[in-house]
Amino acid sequence: MTWQKVGVPILAMAIFLALWELLVWANGWPNYKMASPSDLWPAFWKFRELFFVMGWDTLWRTVVGLMLAVVVGVGLGMVMGFSRVMRDALYPLLVGFNAIPKATVVPIVALMFVGQHDFNTILIAFMISFFPIAVSVSIGLSTLEPEYRDILRSLGASQITVFWKIALPKTLPEFFGALKVAVTLAFIGTNLMEIVSPHGRGLGALFDSGKTNSDYPLMFAVLIALAFLGIVLYYIVVALEKTFAGWAERSPT
Amino acid sequence: MTEALIDIKGVKHAYQTQAGPLPVLDGLDLSVPEGGFAAVVGPSGCGKSTLTRLIAGLMTPDAGEVWLHGQQVRGPKSTVGMAFQNPVLLEWRSILKNVMLPLEIVPTRLSRRQQEDRARKLLALVGLEGFEDKRPSELSGGMRQRASLCRALVHQPEVLILDEPFGALDAFTREDLWQTMHRLKAEEPFTAVLITHDLRESIFLADEIVVLSGRPAHTQYVMDVHLKGPRDLEHLYTRESADALNILRHQIQIAQGRAPETEAAE
Repeated sequence: MTWQKVGVPILAMAIFLALWELLVWANGWPNYKMASPSDLWPAFWKFRELFFVMGWDTLWRTVVGLMLAVVVGVGLGMVMGFSRVMRDALYPLLVGFNAIPKATVVPIVALMFVGQHDFNTILIAFMISFFPIAVSVSIGLSTLEPEYRDILRSLGASQITVFWKIALPKTLPEFFGALKVAVTLAFIGTNLMEIVSPHGRGLGALFDSGKTNSDYPLMFAVLIALAFLGIVLYYIVVALEKTFAGWAERSPT
Repeated sequence: MTEALIDIKGVKHAYQTQAGPLPVLDGLDLSVPEGGFAAVVGPSGCGKSTLTRLIAGLMTPDAGEVWLHGQQVRGPKSTVGMAFQNPVLLEWRSILKNVMLPLEIVPTRLSRRQQEDRARKLLALVGLEGFEDKRPSELSGGMRQRASLCRALVHQPEVLILDEPFGALDAFTREDLWQTMHRLKAEEPFTAVLITHDLRESIFLADEIVVLSGRPAHTQYVMDVHLKGPRDLEHLYTRESADALNILRHQIQIAQGRAPETEAAE
């Protein structure tokens, strides 16, 4: 880790907060129009225990939903990547499903599984985030040059061997690209459920209670907490990518 | 002549397309003795790559027979090594691990240590000593193609199938690789089939040149090259080579359906 890698992002964040503070101060906005960064810390400190409890609820449900999206997304991607017929059959269905705004699905899911808050939240996080994973894996597999297959097939290797030795590792860069998008989407899904169908858990519920009690700094503090969790998860994915698909990164020369 | 190691008799094949069957091979014969080096030349799209897939057992012909070492080919065999125009190295593996890939598929009696020694020996033979731990992306196009040749040979295949492996390289690199091929041939006991568009390449490397007709392809002409053993590039500029090139050029024109008479009339 060089100074540049750590220092530059921190400096950028400090500048951003300063500009925000300046904007609110210069316009003389009251905190119900826009809270300033200096209002956020007191709001956070006042509800610090709730932040940790609710933040954990949001975090674990997002991660479980995301893991489900990875399993199902990779599975669908493999089916579509290896079979033309399945690709033709599933693509329009998936595109149609993805086009439905998930905010409209939330009440349906909430009715369908009344009271199963954890399950519902995970389900929405999963539904909103598996699409990019399925598409990227299927494209990665179906665009494998035939020569790669021939090299192993001519030696008598099975399809499974071709998949493990070549197709899977070759698709990893695309997979991680999609996973970075999916992380953010899964967060949106979790919060959508927590806000639209409130059940008193998660950062979304905390946001909702801030709204009900006209505690505007709390609402902004929740947004910042969500952003923070999003950044943490994103960089965990980046670290995984470096470990498993670091070879795809060309050193700048 | 010894018994043919590769023996292809009257092979016919057609691809099913939306516009109906597209015949690509129609009565192709090819016979290569053990240790021989055959070059196959012909107009673009005449089914040369189909031929390589038939020999490798990746396809079976509609009619006719493909024999390798006295056995009819009905599916893939581990006694074949392939190299293509695209070196298709695995970017996530080192050069050494790339070369050792076939040994993970083909049953071998070599120990892990012996496998590695074998790969290192081949890499040294093609001039890649010291690059074993590099990634493919760190190598030039010619070096990647050298590594690809090592991978095709590492499991000591009886038959080496080369589908235009030098086609995408610049002229000087290509000539270097031709000489590398002769060095490999002197050390490794393989029988080779080379698909190429380069007539000079066929004369320099092969001892038997087969000209295919236009699609659907049959064997139109076979030339024996009498320059036995390792060759120098100077051989390409002798009277003998020039005559051979002229004959081949003429045969290609016939295959393309451009008889010399019509050319003269233009």
